[in-house]
Amino acid sequence: MLKKNSNVDQLIEQFKTLPGGLLPLLHAVKHAMGYVPDSAVEPISKALNLSRAEVHGVISFYHDFNTHPVGRHTVQICRAEACQSMGSRDLEAHAKQCLGIDYGETTPDGLVTLEPVYCLGNCACSPSIRVNDDIHARVDSSRFDELIAEFTLLSAEVSGVSS
Amino acid sequence: MSIQVFIPQDTTALALGAEKVASSLLQGAQTLGLDVEITRNGSRGMFWLEPLMEVETESGRIGFGPVKLSDVESILSMLNSGSVGTASIKHPLYLGEVSEIEYLAKQQRLTFKRSGVADPTCIESYQRLDGFSGLAKALSMSGQDVVDELKNSGLRGRGGAAFPAGIKWQTVLDTPGEQKYIVCNADEGDSGTFADRLLMESDPYQLIEGMTIAGLAVGANQGYIYLRSEYPVAHKLLNLTIERATKAGFLGANVCNSGKDFFLEVRLGAGAYICGEETSLLESLEGKRGMVRAKPPLPAIEGLFGKPTVVNNVLTLGAVASILEQGSDTYKNFGMGRSRGTLAVQLAGNVKRGGLIELAFGVTLREVVDDFGNGTFSGRPIRAIQMGGPLGAFLPESQWDTPLDYEAFAAIKAMIGHGGIVVFDDTVDMAAQARFAMEFCVIESCGKCTPCRIGSTRGVEVIDRIVANEDRDNNLILLHDLCDTMELGSLCAMGGMTPFPVRSALTYFEEDFGISSRRDH
Repeated sequence: MLKKNSNVDQLIEQFKTLPGGLLPLLHAVKHAMGYVPDSAVEPISKALNLSRAEVHGVISFYHDFNTHPVGRHTVQICRAEACQSMGSRDLEAHAKQCLGIDYGETTPDGLVTLEPVYCLGNCACSPSIRVNDDIHARVDSSRFDELIAEFTLLSAEVSGVSS
Repeated sequence: MSIQVFIPQDTTALALGAEKVASSLLQGAQTLGLDVEITRNGSRGMFWLEPLMEVETESGRIGFGPVKLSDVESILSMLNSGSVGTASIKHPLYLGEVSEIEYLAKQQRLTFKRSGVADPTCIESYQRLDGFSGLAKALSMSGQDVVDELKNSGLRGRGGAAFPAGIKWQTVLDTPGEQKYIVCNADEGDSGTFADRLLMESDPYQLIEGMTIAGLAVGANQGYIYLRSEYPVAHKLLNLTIERATKAGFLGANVCNSGKDFFLEVRLGAGAYICGEETSLLESLEGKRGMVRAKPPLPAIEGLFGKPTVVNNVLTLGAVASILEQGSDTYKNFGMGRSRGTLAVQLAGNVKRGGLIELAFGVTLREVVDDFGNGTFSGRPIRAIQMGGPLGAFLPESQWDTPLDYEAFAAIKAMIGHGGIVVFDDTVDMAAQARFAMEFCVIESCGKCTPCRIGSTRGVEVIDRIVANEDRDNNLILLHDLCDTMELGSLCAMGGMTPFPVRSALTYFEEDFGISSRRDH
């Protein structure tokens, strides 16, 4: 925890004089830690001369700033109209069932967090999903299963090496 | 001499496996001892052909697509046989000369003329393809002359509101102020749109050039590109190209030795659709919640940090570069009525041949969908087309002969918006789509005004009651009344236009709400 807070302090130093720097700072905190912890609110508010309510208000306004840790991989399924026209409602149902979780939840093994997203700008080859920073096109149920199987395999290999 | 091969690096090509295709081709060529050089170009926007591999020949660039990993071996053996450039190519993915593919040849590309031609990060390639010549012209003109050129072109904002760009610039030019800003709205959130992304990923220097011209014209020395976080590839490419343009002297202090400065920075959004609304975007850039501001004051007078600010969409600023380069008369000769120039149509959803189609205004919706789309992906009949994103109307076949023109679309209570077309086949449930429109507004409303914040929640409930046949007649009256309140009483287009998809679904597809069956009884 100590390490994490010093991380936040370094980032605050880096961004506190940037005009309109709160969003870039929050992105940097999320990038470094995987989420924006509640403990970051107070030091950020002090450094930027804002109230804690203002900082909390910004964090809670944006979908990107999750305040709890997420799984090792974040999978976002596009819910927008172009993907709907190509069967994304079925894909959503399949993903939730296959992972056994709803949107905003993480699988018990900590591998995957499932989130909705409104448009990945890949609408000519729908349905689209984003896995971490990679976007995948024309994802049907079987393609989804393949992608998830890739992590599961990868994660089994990693734990095999470490044990 | 090595064989020149082009494989795109834009999001769609990557999402369809372009990276693996490129690395497998390179590895295979090495094994064969074949001298192949791969350029990672941008996409041409023919997304149904991605990954589209191009090979340079004496007679031009020929294409193969869509290339899967399993096709690499046969392409390599064809390259190895030395048959490339002859008329005898028999590969099943062979498309002929790329510039002659009908889908591309039928377009009128101004803003997207360079898209897919070269490595988008290569500044020399950009210059070789006439890049920065618009900026060179602007540097020899007064700010007022540049603004006059823009006014004469008739260019209207391509983000959706279609406000004349020249008038906006004039306001900023005329407003006194030590500090002014150029803000590029790259928060392309509408479903069915990807033109901003394509421009930023396939020709990012054009956006940089357009923004620099804007800065010099109105006297702003700082620009921001507000980019949605859903576009990681564009983010990487913009940062790289801004760095290169700065090193080459096209950005930063003393732009092209003009004695004027223009600094440019990318700022990431954080997943809020409403931040595509210009005042909400400005709040977000200031590091705040993306709450919509009341207008006036106009952003052109009191914008970012309270200073005079030009806020333009990616495509508007991209068009500026080509207008300055080719002259405003050339640009305004395209189009119809008050819609001048070209529209970047984005054909998406359930369609066989989706992609970017740049055409002069005036072509009908049906012509675009029939001539380019080649039917639905599912092979079933088209039932509805949604144009203009999640706030756009659902149009049945009787409306498809409407020409793409801002006024013609407004006349049928629809909108062109950012030019996105989403095609639905006959399996679509229009009551579910109407409900989704309200649900989307619930999730994405900034919450500042009541009609949008509460109206959308009540809208979902009322639609559910109509579909469940609970007191249907009265609930229909209530839904129309609610739509009136949202249209007339909302602060911005989010609440003000959510009724468009809802009402159009009710008007044209009432049977999906169970209404026809009620009349049968």
